[in-house]
Amino acid sequence: MASNKKYWKSVEELNEDSPIVKALQDNEFVTEIPTDEFLGNKEALESSSTTRRDFLKYVGFTTAAATLAACEGPVVKSIPYVVQPDEIVPGIANYYASTMADGFDFANILVKTREGRPIKIERNDLAVNGGSVNARVHASVLSLYDKNRLTGPMVDGAEVSWPEFDTAIAQKMNEMTGKDIVLLTQTFASPSTSKLISEFTSKYPNVRHVVYDTVSCSGALDAFQNKYGTRALPDYDFSKADVIVSVGADFLGDWQGGSYSKGYATGRIPKNGKISRHIQFEANLTLTGAKADKRVPATPSQQLEILKALTGGSASGLPENIADAVNKAKAQLQKAGGKALLVTSLPDVASQTLALNFNANSEAMDVNKPLLTRQGSNSEVTNMVNGVISGSIKGLITVGVNPIYSLPNNKEFAEAYKNLEMTLAFAMKQDETASMAKMVAATPHYLESWGDAQIKKGTYSLVQPTIRPLFNTRQFQDSLLQWTGNSQKYYDYIKENWTASILEGGSWNKTLEAGVLASNAEITMEEVKPVTEGTGVLEESTSNGALSALLQEGGYELTLYTSTGLGDGQQANNPWLQEFPDPITRASWDNYLTVSAADAEALDLVNEHVSNGALNGSYVNLKMGNVVLEKVPVIIQPGQAKGSVGLALGYGKTAAIQKEMQTGLNAYPLYQNFSSVQKVNIEKASGMHEFACVQLQSTMAGRSDDIIKETTLEIFNTKDKEFWNSVPVTDYDHNEISVRDKKADIWSPFDETVGPHFNLSIDLNACTGCGACVIACHAENNVPVVGKEEVRKFRDMHWLRIDRYYSAGETFKEEIETLENLPAFDSYKAVEVPAYENPQVAFQPVMCQHCNHAPCETVCPVAATSHGRQGQNQMAYNRCVGTRYCANNCPYKVRRFNWFLYNENDEFDYNMNNDLGRMVLNPDVVVRSRGVMEKCSMCIQKTQKTILDAKLQGRAIKDGEFHTACSSACETGAMVFGDVNDKDSEVLKLKNDDRMYHLLENVGTKPNVFYHMIVKNTSEA
Amino acid sequence: MCQTIDNNLIISMKKVNFIHLRSKLPLLLLVFLLTFSTTIYSQDAPADATAAEAVAPPADAGGDVAAGESLFKANCAACHKLDAKAVGPALRGVANKYDRDWLYKWIHNSSALIASGDADAVKIFEANNKTVMTAFPALSTTDIDNILAYTSQPKPEPKVAAAPAADAGSQNGGGGASNSLVLGALALIFLLLVIMLFLVTNTLKRIAEANGVVYEEKEKRTPIWKAFVQNQFLVLVFSIVMILAAGYFAYGYLMQVGVDQGYAPVQPIHYSHRIHAGDNQIDCNYCHSSARKSKHSGIPSLNVCMNCHKNIAEVAPETATEEYSKEFYDGEIAKLYKAVGWDAANQKYTGKTEPVKWVRIHNLPDFVYFNHSQHVTVAGVACQTCHGEIQTMEVVQQFAPLTMGWCINCHRTTNVNLESNEYYAKIHEELSKKYGVEKLTIAEMGGLECGKCHY
Repeated sequence: MASNKKYWKSVEELNEDSPIVKALQDNEFVTEIPTDEFLGNKEALESSSTTRRDFLKYVGFTTAAATLAACEGPVVKSIPYVVQPDEIVPGIANYYASTMADGFDFANILVKTREGRPIKIERNDLAVNGGSVNARVHASVLSLYDKNRLTGPMVDGAEVSWPEFDTAIAQKMNEMTGKDIVLLTQTFASPSTSKLISEFTSKYPNVRHVVYDTVSCSGALDAFQNKYGTRALPDYDFSKADVIVSVGADFLGDWQGGSYSKGYATGRIPKNGKISRHIQFEANLTLTGAKADKRVPATPSQQLEILKALTGGSASGLPENIADAVNKAKAQLQKAGGKALLVTSLPDVASQTLALNFNANSEAMDVNKPLLTRQGSNSEVTNMVNGVISGSIKGLITVGVNPIYSLPNNKEFAEAYKNLEMTLAFAMKQDETASMAKMVAATPHYLESWGDAQIKKGTYSLVQPTIRPLFNTRQFQDSLLQWTGNSQKYYDYIKENWTASILEGGSWNKTLEAGVLASNAEITMEEVKPVTEGTGVLEESTSNGALSALLQEGGYELTLYTSTGLGDGQQANNPWLQEFPDPITRASWDNYLTVSAADAEALDLVNEHVSNGALNGSYVNLKMGNVVLEKVPVIIQPGQAKGSVGLALGYGKTAAIQKEMQTGLNAYPLYQNFSSVQKVNIEKASGMHEFACVQLQSTMAGRSDDIIKETTLEIFNTKDKEFWNSVPVTDYDHNEISVRDKKADIWSPFDETVGPHFNLSIDLNACTGCGACVIACHAENNVPVVGKEEVRKFRDMHWLRIDRYYSAGETFKEEIETLENLPAFDSYKAVEVPAYENPQVAFQPVMCQHCNHAPCETVCPVAATSHGRQGQNQMAYNRCVGTRYCANNCPYKVRRFNWFLYNENDEFDYNMNNDLGRMVLNPDVVVRSRGVMEKCSMCIQKTQKTILDAKLQGRAIKDGEFHTACSSACETGAMVFGDVNDKDSEVLKLKNDDRMYHLLENVGTKPNVFYHMIVKNTSEA
Repeated sequence: MCQTIDNNLIISMKKVNFIHLRSKLPLLLLVFLLTFSTTIYSQDAPADATAAEAVAPPADAGGDVAAGESLFKANCAACHKLDAKAVGPALRGVANKYDRDWLYKWIHNSSALIASGDADAVKIFEANNKTVMTAFPALSTTDIDNILAYTSQPKPEPKVAAAPAADAGSQNGGGGASNSLVLGALALIFLLLVIMLFLVTNTLKRIAEANGVVYEEKEKRTPIWKAFVQNQFLVLVFSIVMILAAGYFAYGYLMQVGVDQGYAPVQPIHYSHRIHAGDNQIDCNYCHSSARKSKHSGIPSLNVCMNCHKNIAEVAPETATEEYSKEFYDGEIAKLYKAVGWDAANQKYTGKTEPVKWVRIHNLPDFVYFNHSQHVTVAGVACQTCHGEIQTMEVVQQFAPLTMGWCINCHRTTNVNLESNEYYAKIHEELSKKYGVEKLTIAEMGGLECGKCHY
């Protein structure tokens, strides 16, 4: 019987005019099979002396030889320590508390080490105000094992020893007496370093200290300094705010150093029928905007108006829809009184002052114990740059910053830098600045260093080394001690400093063990305040007209942002971060210009999927005055405010970075006046860019009820659970029964009552899509990096992905209605194309759902995947023969196949291909080989370890002891893992919660992962 | 005619030859045995006829030597040896070097003596890296006399026992040479016999011919292989048997690929578990301490060896075996000292270390997770269950096949040690309620699940 069914290869087939459809019809193989590579050269083939028979002989012989050789087992050597350190037991991990403070990311952390190697970063639960342990902090352990690091100090390009280097410095400092030298550093927020620098500058009075934040917070710092006298950033507790209005501020991302997601998420979990109300006005679609109850796209110049209107002005000049939203927001802010919070990312002092004044009475703002994670001043840095260019500054010492890469006028600066009499760079790598410096002092990674930090006033933390320096490096502070004639090591210096002024009689060792200390000790940190003249108030002029660009006529308003993966670009050589898909665009290995659909149409810019589903995009040239950025790829971004564009900083590095990781374009030349908002002209350029975007489908196509359930606070509070969180039904004996009913099962159940039974709970209201879990999973489970080309083919190996969905209508609800009302023969396009104007956005972390009735298990021909009674769906890699039936039968598409050998393979030259990079591997998890399927194991190595520890100690397991890598990385508490057989467990309470549902519950897989549906606060009054 | 005769001749010659060999076989064996037995006995030859006869009596008979010996071993041996420098100096003949009262003072409280500025005391103190000797105020003067009596025993003449051991090597070598000599001689005799035989048959044949004896020709039969080929049933059965047999052996061969049972590689230092775990009864966990708490049993670091070997620089003569001499073992201890950088003469570390590259015997593939502590501490499995009678192994070899089938079999048949472990309390209660069982195997607890060992 012939069938008329038409099978689709791509959604593009919906579009009959698409050239892809034609291509698909004409060619059986979508991409040409590269036979030419070996058969094309006829001459070579003919001239070959190997006949067919010879060839077969060789094959036969080598096969036989290989078979024989394989029978002989290799001789494995075991080399024990000569003297084993007391704290090391082979096979048992040690944890050390430390702190990451690289000038951009500040976080209190725990470092997991195995046999003396740091292998993973975890959160330090003892740290209350400990910064944000985000994806970059988790990935920083891999940057330690970067093979491009500097191996020793250098003078004039030649490697020297440290005593030689010190002699050279002493000589140079003598020569430089009386000449102006600038010590240009990152923000350290370190009491001891600050003390040390003042000692250094008092010994060499010609040295001036300037702090340079690559991504500036100068406006906010100036405003705070004007009002409160100290140079710091106010700290916010979003959990105390009932109404949050953000004008451009991506506070769940990197706004003012980040670290607000925990407080925010606390206020977003319905408690006593209440959650906070969050309104976001922004140009780029950010993580924060995606979580907002109401998001209004607005260009930076409109944001300026909005901020003025919210703080007392009038909204009359704004478009109607924005003005309406502003007035409603204003009313809600007023109503909330002390529980209102207004934040903005507009870079000028005036705007920051407006917000600061508005929040003056807010309970959510803390100005007494402000954050010290940013110190830089735009005017000071500008003075320094001008001084170097004009020649008034003769020497420059850079520490932890890379001005030749990150200054807006870096080319001009580089020319002047070459002519300086003294150039000394403290750097971990031969970066842009270090490669031009006459003297380079190789510094260790923070995991090899001692140090301290005061992230928030009154909260002190320590940095301790977790491994001996891998290379011949010396930390900046030790160098300063040496050069100021102090014979102490920095460790002793910190200890002395802490004992004298911070510990207040407390124990040094206990503090070191905890890593953090809340102390009332007031210490004077050297403050690098910009000079205030006359009135003593930092005016707009001192921030050098951050918004002057916006006043220009014409062009598009550009908002520069830092991406979740790369941040300010310090860790650009980290393959985990490069392959980390951006939570919003889902593209990896790139930065790109985000453009609104309307503007894209006007400029004739396109995004299209080629026949294998991969994304291509047009190029544009960006012009801003003299600065031209050529061939910037474009992504058409739903929700981007019309007339605005966005571009990520931190990409386009070329020095001391592996070729594969030299991705994207350097956007810092556009960062004029250190202002995140600029005006640019755009013109289309020829060619198409190939993106590595991991998500082909952007909408749920009207299936929101099966995938991401959502409701409003009003309905949640007033209606029955069955109304807003109904369980799917199925037919049984002509009656409708719930799929949770035992009768709905076609499989006999497993006995899971004895011992633990694991469940993972994910609260979609609390999940901000930050991606910390993705990187934590990478580190814990030895997930390989596959490279841009493979990601483009959707062969990324992430065990845990965070799906991002746009609504096809204004909201997901509208999308469902559209689908239901769709005429019978109409195209599904109506629900498959996201609403470009302002769609609703939702994140959903998806990993193996560990189904109790797993479809993958039943189709495996070799029983390589099977079910455990603890609820885990287990995967025996050594048994897998790679049929990929399981992946095809998995409704969640969470199984990843090893298409190639990703370790010790030059084709995939990432961390698993060099001895240094392999040090990060977790010895408890096997590294998979080519041709096997892999997937989330629910961190069975961690659950087994917890069980074993309990057995060894002969005790029962308490709730909260079980963890997965993702659940312990989750800062917002969105992921909770535990044993549902434990009647008192948190996860059981969550499982019985009204918001609980399963992903695609109607397919009857009975997953052990469950979600909590989204509740949005849509009340406008 | 001539041709046939020749043929027959050869046939008969062969026959005779065969018979001859058979009859000679016992004799041959006897000759073999004799040749070897000489070498065997030669090793046992009593060579220490000169062995230490009762030596001259102690210099000072003012004490009980036996009591002194036990006191010495209990109190002094940790730091002192009789004839070699350890932490402290060698003590033989110390009674003759110093005044008896001075010695009492020194032993009772050496620090005080040094503090008082006594020249001898200070000199000794300086000579021994300024190591303070433990004070023994509890020892009575009689005790000290006893100890001194023991230390005044003259050094026994070096036993010549070492000599035969050394000789054994050379004799073994000699034995090897004589063996081949004997074999050569045998071969020669054999050759001679063959020639004689040939001559005898020739002569006999000539006599027979001369006497007119005529040989009868045998009737021709189908050769057996042809008969076999013609019988198709037999061929079929034979082929099936052959195929089955080939399959059996091929399977057996493939199944042992990668199974290294009995693997006993030569190690960089000949470490004898027989001496340590067997003769000296050292607990396995003393050296393999992480077996109790970690997945790895852990190869002890060299500083663990030095806990004892700082004081044990040589083995006792009775430790030596026929195969391994005392010199051999002492040489191995010297290798340890070299690796750990211990200068035995000066009793201090030189700082020059050479980590020992042991050859790993038990190699599990990477995709198997095995945890020692689970088995040793939780389950209480004896080391010997998987590693064999390790205390008798001079050279350690892999005892168990370490195949998955071997693991699984044990998990199927072994009961979980539920008692006195609070972790299992709840599980036990639930299980006994559910199935009415008191005991359950590891398999029933989920110990056969793939994910328990493969992740």
